[in-house]
Amino acid sequence: MNIKGKAYIAGAYEHPTRKADGKSLAQLHAEVAKGALDDAGLTKDDVDGYFCAGDAPGLGGLSMIDYMGLKLRYMDTTETGGSSYMVHVAHAARAIADGKCRVALITLAGRPRASGEATGTKPRNYGNDSPDVAFELPFGPTIVNSYAMCARRHMYEFGTTSEQLAWIKVAASHHAQHNPHAMLRKVVTVEDVVNSPMIADPLHRLDCCVISDGGGALVVVAPEVAKELKRPMVRIIGTGEAPKHQMGGRVDLTYSAAAASGPAAFAEAGVKPTDIKYASVYDSFTITVLIQLEDLGFCAKGEGGKFVADGNLISGVGKLPFNTDGGGLCNNHPGNRGGMTKVIEAVRQLRGEAHPAVQVPNCDLALAHGTGGNLATRHAGGTLILERA
Amino acid sequence: MSATRTIPAPHIEEETRPFWDGLKEGVLRVKFCNSCNSFHHYPRSICPHCGSDDTVYKDSNGRGHIYSFSVFRAAPIPYAIAYVTLEGADISLMSNIVNCDFDTLAVGQAVKVCFVETEDGGAPVAMFEPA
Repeated sequence: MNIKGKAYIAGAYEHPTRKADGKSLAQLHAEVAKGALDDAGLTKDDVDGYFCAGDAPGLGGLSMIDYMGLKLRYMDTTETGGSSYMVHVAHAARAIADGKCRVALITLAGRPRASGEATGTKPRNYGNDSPDVAFELPFGPTIVNSYAMCARRHMYEFGTTSEQLAWIKVAASHHAQHNPHAMLRKVVTVEDVVNSPMIADPLHRLDCCVISDGGGALVVVAPEVAKELKRPMVRIIGTGEAPKHQMGGRVDLTYSAAAASGPAAFAEAGVKPTDIKYASVYDSFTITVLIQLEDLGFCAKGEGGKFVADGNLISGVGKLPFNTDGGGLCNNHPGNRGGMTKVIEAVRQLRGEAHPAVQVPNCDLALAHGTGGNLATRHAGGTLILERA
Repeated sequence: MSATRTIPAPHIEEETRPFWDGLKEGVLRVKFCNSCNSFHHYPRSICPHCGSDDTVYKDSNGRGHIYSFSVFRAAPIPYAIAYVTLEGADISLMSNIVNCDFDTLAVGQAVKVCFVETEDGGAPVAMFEPA
């Protein structure tokens, strides 16, 4: 089933906190849910579908459904890490198109800072039942040194440089200076990035995203609901989701799951990468952005370094304005999951509600893409193409 | 250096015990599928390439080259993580590069397997050093 135009994003809300001392995880989920419903002009009693991922506390979303007092006809707890929320928007659109629900609520929340979690620098142990753990954990795979291996291979195959990667952070910082909630608002230069301390070579400290608490929520509704609401409507016209893994040992770190999810989303929407006015692109690290931009078709494989250089991602300067809220590199990365905030900023751009200094003129077509999991081992990509209605 | 880094002991399932037994004996074994004539890693009873359950362990010669690597400079004890592509097997294993000068490591560099003890008397793991 093509979902083009069969569902709309009617509500979006980003939690302003970046360090949630004194707030529980459940409370954060409930606060973002209320924020997004208020934004849409709906109430919790209008919600008949709920979507959440592994960041929700308790039993697969049931604990949050109980906490918020929701009465539902539909629920989905698909977990693909930080890209879960793109996948949830896609699944919500399908559920709505199929008549299974009319008002779908999607929430994300996390508090890794308040709980002192070593997010990117400590090997994550997914437990002995995970079949890969015995063959990886002894070697100390962290998020940062895993992504660093992707960067190293990209440099080897295509001649990508640290300076080119640095331009991605520079662009994010140019946008973040206008966001009062952003954790890092100082504009940085290529030299600042390449001279920052080496974390896992070739990735420097400023190639890495921030660690933050917070969250966000979205409300996806049926067309007949959208028509009754006062907010600008954002139509979902294309979706794609795809996993990528080690392929039984045939490891190829030069591309991501976006190479499959992106074309699927563009095909459903019937548009091309050159039509996109604004792109939210997952930025856990600078290299994540570069690989995804190639895979999504904004430039050829191997040309990402040239594409991102010289401010090409800066709003008002370059050809492809990206992450105009400052993204994960400068603004926030709530719960170590950056997908939700990517969708929210795309919605702001399409509504014309981004900060005036970074608002893309006549922004009628946007893309939001997320990568969840680990780029160097196993991950999932989720791509959304959204249009101003 | 790696000698002072504590390596967590791998959890061993019956499905993968021959792999770990091989490392104890000083041999790096890789799973091979008789149906599609290809290797895979990590070892599974059912081939992830073709779905056949006609899989066997084969001894490798323990040689390969670095597909990619990163030296975790910010770690309390810096270490090099890598994917190593095994000679003649068309598969890459996650591992560490040890007994080396981190500053001279390179993609494509030839390496050979070595066997490194793990915590609490666990099975050794396969790491690699310059060949």
